[in-house]
Amino acid sequence: MMNWSDALIQLQYNLGAPQELSWLVEGITYFIGAFVIANAALVLALLLIWITRKVISRIQDRIGPNRLGPYGLFQTVADAMKLLSKEDIKPKSADTLSYFIAPILSVVGVLMALAVIPFGAGLIGADLNVGVLYLVALGSIGIMAALMAGWGSNNKYALLAGFRVVAQLLSYEIPMVLAMFAPVLLVGTMRMQALSQAQSLYLGPINLGLGWFVFLLPGAFLIYFIAALAESEQTPFDLLEAESELIAGFHIEYSGMKFAMFFLAQFLNSFFLGAIAVALFLGGWQGPFAGQVPLLGPIYFLAKTFFVYIVIQWIKGTFPRVRIDQMMQFAWKVLVPLVLSLILAQMIIMKLPLPEWINMLLVLVANIAVVITVLNVMGNYFKREQVRSKRAFAPKSLIGTMQPVNSPSGD
Amino acid sequence: MPELPFPLPPLPTVAQVIFILIAVLAVVGSLMVVLARNLFHSALGLVAAFFGAAGVYIVAEAEFIGVSQVLVYVGAISTLITFAIMLTRGMMFGATSPRNRQSGTAAIITVLAFIVLAALLRAIPWPQVGEPITDGQAIIAGLGYAFVNQYVVPFLLLAMLLLVALAGAIMLARDRK
Repeated sequence: MMNWSDALIQLQYNLGAPQELSWLVEGITYFIGAFVIANAALVLALLLIWITRKVISRIQDRIGPNRLGPYGLFQTVADAMKLLSKEDIKPKSADTLSYFIAPILSVVGVLMALAVIPFGAGLIGADLNVGVLYLVALGSIGIMAALMAGWGSNNKYALLAGFRVVAQLLSYEIPMVLAMFAPVLLVGTMRMQALSQAQSLYLGPINLGLGWFVFLLPGAFLIYFIAALAESEQTPFDLLEAESELIAGFHIEYSGMKFAMFFLAQFLNSFFLGAIAVALFLGGWQGPFAGQVPLLGPIYFLAKTFFVYIVIQWIKGTFPRVRIDQMMQFAWKVLVPLVLSLILAQMIIMKLPLPEWINMLLVLVANIAVVITVLNVMGNYFKREQVRSKRAFAPKSLIGTMQPVNSPSGD
Repeated sequence: MPELPFPLPPLPTVAQVIFILIAVLAVVGSLMVVLARNLFHSALGLVAAFFGAAGVYIVAEAEFIGVSQVLVYVGAISTLITFAIMLTRGMMFGATSPRNRQSGTAAIITVLAFIVLAALLRAIPWPQVGEPITDGQAIIAGLGYAFVNQYVVPFLLLAMLLLVALAGAIMLARDRK
């Protein structure tokens, strides 16, 4: 499959670009690629916010935006105009340098992820040798941005919230990274394009494109998904935001377009983490007949990514928020040991001198064990919390009569 | 076209322009580390310098080291430094002078170190890389093999060191009652 950049360079030569100016031709090609990708992301953000509003309002039995444009599609555009026209406030004692760089940095860190996302066969910004590791490294830019915003605002609540953001992002980075390495171990490369390619399923000569790693590594996928929810500060891990209670944490002092950039970074981040989930676990651009009709690749990829995004919004509409101690405990006492043992088990199993399908079966068994453990731990915890909170909020005189909620159906 | 009296210097290639930009970032960041009046700005300059170093690695086609540089230095070490600065009383706000009584000595040592390094750079016949890395070649796999075969003892020692540091950090931060 031809790479998009090669195709574009060839097109320019065919249009009559002289061979001597190859550096200019390459420069133009990469500029076009970067320009399209970066601007598409910004337009995408408008669509993502609209999807979020629509999904949440349907869950809450409302209609959502429906005045501006078909199905209220242009509501977000109007909101963006409003944010642009707002007064740009800078607190008097804020630290100028970090206050102004932080919102830019938060968007840059998110946008850079686009470079290695394989939208289709041959449709990837740069197929780096270390693609997965690159995605992991980008997370640290977001952490720096949060720290700079929290400190630069010169507001003690913003600073405290910045510390909380860093604590959450650092804690959930570990299970997320290790879960991302499960497919890398399986394929033996960190190239995003090779990882997508490996998820094909041939039925004779026809590529059904259904060899998704989620069928083989459901445990790693579950851990990745939970950690990605935390990394993108989505419900149930949106305790940093807590829009109605904490007034948005570390970017409390930001207004107008600078606030909008944090907002944008958050929406794009949750979309891109979904895109990474699709590329690593949900088959990437693979799908039925994607090998025969290359145009289907990007369509499959975007469809899957939007599906994951809608699931994230569904979770946002239905889940309660966790407390900070619960969040930390779940990361360090449940996810990290589980994902470590999962990776260790996978490495040992893949080296066993057995036929390949038995190895794969053992990997699957280990993954299913992890899924069951995670669900068990969460279920038990929710049960205990339910009893505890019912006891805590019950009228004092009734404490002796409270029964634990053990329903006969045994949920 | 009239003949020029002197030959024009050759235009820098794209790679050279990128290298110059990255070098400027690294140098400005490093200068900020030593010259900034605010300790937090010094830390930010350090982050910029780390990014510059990562960029140099990437220009040299050592993508793995470049990305690891960002991951380890920007992600972990500078976060640690920033936290240390933020949690140190009286250092967060207000200017600290970048100079002290030792600046004269430091300047002499720096110049000497620069001369030694520059001489080394010129004197040593650096090995030339033979083959450019082709697409699809798994360089990281080779690194992994080297870690568990040839260099297994240093690798395990490093792992032990990190484990001891982890246990020590937990011991220090533990709630003593």
